[in-house]
Amino acid sequence: MVFDSFADFLAMGGRGVYVWTAYGISAVVIVASMVQAVRQSTVMRDTLARQARRQQQTENTHESGT
Amino acid sequence: MLWKTIKRGYHQLGSPRYFYRFSSAVLPWLTPIALITFVVGIVWGLAFAPPDYQQGNSYRIIYIHVPASSGALMGYVAMGIAGMVAVVWRMKMAEIMIKAIAPFGAALTAISLVTGALWGKPTWGTYWQWDARMTSMLILLFMYIGVIALQNAIRDPRQAARAAGLLAMVGVINVVIVKYSVEWVNTLHQGSTLKLVGESTINPAMKYPLLISMLGTWLLYAVNVMVRARTEILSRERRSGWVKQLVAAGGR
Repeated sequence: MVFDSFADFLAMGGRGVYVWTAYGISAVVIVASMVQAVRQSTVMRDTLARQARRQQQTENTHESGT
Repeated sequence: MLWKTIKRGYHQLGSPRYFYRFSSAVLPWLTPIALITFVVGIVWGLAFAPPDYQQGNSYRIIYIHVPASSGALMGYVAMGIAGMVAVVWRMKMAEIMIKAIAPFGAALTAISLVTGALWGKPTWGTYWQWDARMTSMLILLFMYIGVIALQNAIRDPRQAARAAGLLAMVGVINVVIVKYSVEWVNTLHQGSTLKLVGESTINPAMKYPLLISMLGTWLLYAVNVMVRARTEILSRERRSGWVKQLVAAGGR
C-alpha cells in the first residue's frame, strides 16, 4: 500500500469524499444491474414452470374426464 | 476453411438454443473470473498505484471512470452492430442482443457521468460543463435509454427489436463524436493517455491496474449480457420443444 495508515487511505489526501462517493455510487449501480438481470431470469423460469404445471393439470383432468 | 469456420460460428451462435447451451457452460467460470479481475484492478488502483504528481489521490477515480466509459462506448458499438444485423438479416439472436446489451450500457454511462463530475470538482473546480465530451456522453445515456424505452413501447418483440436496432445503428455516430471530441475541439476534458497504437503517456505503475479494471468491467458486462440474453431467449422460445424440455427437467 502506498498509504501510511488505513486512516490515510480513507482520507485520500483530503479528497476522500469525492473518491469514495464515486466508488460507492458505482458499486450500487453495478450491483443493482446484476441483481435485476438475475431476478428477471429467475422470474422467467418460475413463470414458465408454473405454466407447464398448469398445462399438465388441464391435460390430466381431460384424460380422467373422458 | 477459415471462411467455413466463421460461417459455422455465425450460424451456431446465431441460434438461440445453441447460445443458451454455450452460455450455460461459460457462465459458471466467467462470472468468478470477471469479479476477481474487477476487484483486483480496483483495489490495486485505489491502494497500491502511486499518487498523481499533480492531482494527488483524487485521480484514483480513473480506475472506475475510464473502465465504465470504455465499456459504455464498446457496448454501444456492439449494440449498433447487433442492430444492423437485426435490421438487415432479421437474425433472431441479434434482436435478443440489442435488448441484452442496453441496460448495463446505460448503467455504465451513468457511472461515467457521475464519477466524471466527482472527479471534475476537485480537479477543475466544477462538476459539469457543457463541453463536447460531456455533452456527447450525456447524449449516449439518452440513446441507451431511448433504445430501452422503444423496446418497451412496442408489444411485438420482433418489431420492437427492428425499431430499436435502427435507433442503435444511427446512434453509433454519437460514439464517434464522443471518441474524437477531445481531439477535434479544445475541451475541458483531457485527452486520452492510453493508446492502443503507439506509446501511452500514462505511468506504467498506473497503467496496469487501469488495464486490469477495464478488462474486469468488460467481463462483468459480458456476464450481465449473457444472463439477460438467456432470459429473453426463454421468453421468445417458450413454445419450442427444447425450452419445454428444459422447464420440465427443472432446468438451468
